Amino acid sequence: MARFLIQRFIIMILMLAALSVIVFITIELPPGDFADRRALDLRSQGVLVTQQDVTSIRHQLGLDRPWYQRYVTWISNILLHGNFGISFGLHRPVSEVLGERVGLTVLLAIATIIFTYGLAIPIGIYSAIRQYSLGDYAATMIGYFGMATPSFMLALILLYFSVMVFNNSVGGLFSSQYSEAPWSWGKFVDLLRHLWVPALVLGLAGTAFEIRTMRATLLDEKNKLYVTAARAKGLPEWKLLLKYPVRVALNPIVSTIGWELTAIIAGAPLVSFVLALPDTGPLFLRALLDQDIYLSGAILLMYAALTILGTFLSDVLLALLDPRIRYGERI
Amino acid sequence: MSQITEALDAAPRPASPQSGITREEKIRYYTASQFQLMWWKFRKHRLALIGTLILGIFVFIAVFAEFLSPYTSTVRTPDYLFGRPQVLHFVDAEGKFHLRPFTYALTAAMDPKTFLLEVKEDTDEPWPVHFFVRGEPYKMWGVINADRHLFGVQEGHLHLLGTDQLGRDILSRLFHATRTSLTIGVVGLFISFFLGLIIGGISGFFGGGIDDVIQRFIEFIRSIPTLPLWMALAAALPKEWSPQRVYFTITILLGLLGWTHLARRVRGKLLSLREEDFVVAARIAGSTDARIIARHLLPSFLSYIIVDLSISFPYMILAETSLSFVGLGLRAPVISWGVLLQDAQNIQAIALYPWLFTPVAFVIVSVMAFSFVGDGMRDAADPYSR
Repeated sequence: MARFLIQRFIIMILMLAALSVIVFITIELPPGDFADRRALDLRSQGVLVTQQDVTSIRHQLGLDRPWYQRYVTWISNILLHGNFGISFGLHRPVSEVLGERVGLTVLLAIATIIFTYGLAIPIGIYSAIRQYSLGDYAATMIGYFGMATPSFMLALILLYFSVMVFNNSVGGLFSSQYSEAPWSWGKFVDLLRHLWVPALVLGLAGTAFEIRTMRATLLDEKNKLYVTAARAKGLPEWKLLLKYPVRVALNPIVSTIGWELTAIIAGAPLVSFVLALPDTGPLFLRALLDQDIYLSGAILLMYAALTILGTFLSDVLLALLDPRIRYGERI
Repeated sequence: MSQITEALDAAPRPASPQSGITREEKIRYYTASQFQLMWWKFRKHRLALIGTLILGIFVFIAVFAEFLSPYTSTVRTPDYLFGRPQVLHFVDAEGKFHLRPFTYALTAAMDPKTFLLEVKEDTDEPWPVHFFVRGEPYKMWGVINADRHLFGVQEGHLHLLGTDQLGRDILSRLFHATRTSLTIGVVGLFISFFLGLIIGGISGFFGGGIDDVIQRFIEFIRSIPTLPLWMALAAALPKEWSPQRVYFTITILLGLLGWTHLARRVRGKLLSLREEDFVVAARIAGSTDARIIARHLLPSFLSYIIVDLSISFPYMILAETSLSFVGLGLRAPVISWGVLLQDAQNIQAIALYPWLFTPVAFVIVSVMAFSFVGDGMRDAADPYSR
């Protein structure tokens, strides 16, 4: 187990390193650099900036060095000082801007994961043991719709109905009296009350997929001889179901938590944007549109780190669930 | 006790011998070509047939967009901004039935309470709808000059899905957008097809160290949230690029999105096939690697690749729609479903002008149709399993 964990951990670190390079490349891609932006800023304030000044700013900031040196500076600033650079658009350090919002993004991702699996596992079990029942058909139909509709569009549809039918918007994460208030128990409860909408929207596609996986695996497992044997020995039906076939069927589901998390993180910015959530999503999109590269780069890096961490955790979970993986067998 | 009988009932039984099949049917089955077998199997999938029909309609719309739409994509009806969808009538105000559908002239007045434009139908003045009507001139496929539209009105205006903020006909724009969205999907698909085929082919055919490196690389790509990354790349495109150049680049970006799945499939199939006798025979007979791949390996798993392609097509469309929706993808004057949806971004638009929302229906219907067709093709890809 320890060996497995260490091995996975090393892979995680390597992937993070590779990702940071990719993020750095996207930061470097747009034409112009920090010095140009600074010059533009100063000029807009009425300061006369010559080409020579721009060159000297560039030299001062070390932007005229080769890219790998700049990468090392950038990444060591992040790792050693938590310094992600300055947001051009907001004129504040990126770490400060992010600090206010990262928590909500993480919370949203966790809520969605809980929502996805909390729904998918029971519904999947139900669909499998009551195959071709009305409920099974309903789950299949919702599944088709959920997989065909991208999450941001689902958010739009939900907004549409909430406005047209209930005359009340489902957007945002807080009621108006709490939005500016400091954290309190009441605010937390209010947050939970709003959180289910984005969690539902973000999780529906994943839920649909996991229901199908759960149903298919369980259908295969429940007719196997070991189930019959356990039943012949007189085990109560629900206990038998949960202890043997469901445990086997959980395996493929748990192993996809990493992908699920990746999909959630990928869909989250758009959903947050449509539902006007005060998390990193709208910030990310605005940073991209404004080419506020240090901000968008930091958020991108955070998204990637979240998914890689999630993959690592799902590996650990899988190892706990399945002894074959713990002992290094490949399945 | 009852549990045991239940368990026995649930246990799989040997399939009952097929009865009621005549000798002719058997002969027909065993002499059918592979393609025929696939078609027969595909035909059994009811939803897949419906999906195919819907996609057929979409392709038809995409090909003949200029002719089918009553207006061009840019012409404006200046006195009908944010106009409601007009209703087609067959029965007039006196209750008389007309075979030729018509729509009523509209009068606009400011609502004194809400300050919104209230539009009322003026039942005194019907605008009859004509087929093959002469209307805005256009260039069919950018080549042929024409001015005939499938349907339209000679007096007044006809906006079956309403108009946008500039008074442009949404139905016509939707038809033109269908063309863009479908072509961008197809081109993106071809790019991922070739990437997947080449990279997966190298990985599976040569195996060993190259295979390891490529597989780790694919795992790496699959574990990053691609959409945000692609957004970041799309945002890096210079603002001063022409819309056509952006269109081209976005297509390539989308193509880079979907190849990993295909590469895995190709590799898996190649790894299992390359030990087969017919491959060994071809090698002994002196065939080159390229020839073995092209002549012997590719045909034996082409159907699986086509299935994978049809499954990944919706992802292309959705990715394009997502990118354009937030303003990072295609830009006006290019119109796609995502570009049209930009107008429906905020809650005010949805509440006041819900008809701006119709592109959503197009996207969902097309993606669902594709999933159905993909399901049917997956069943049909291996026609020998029953």
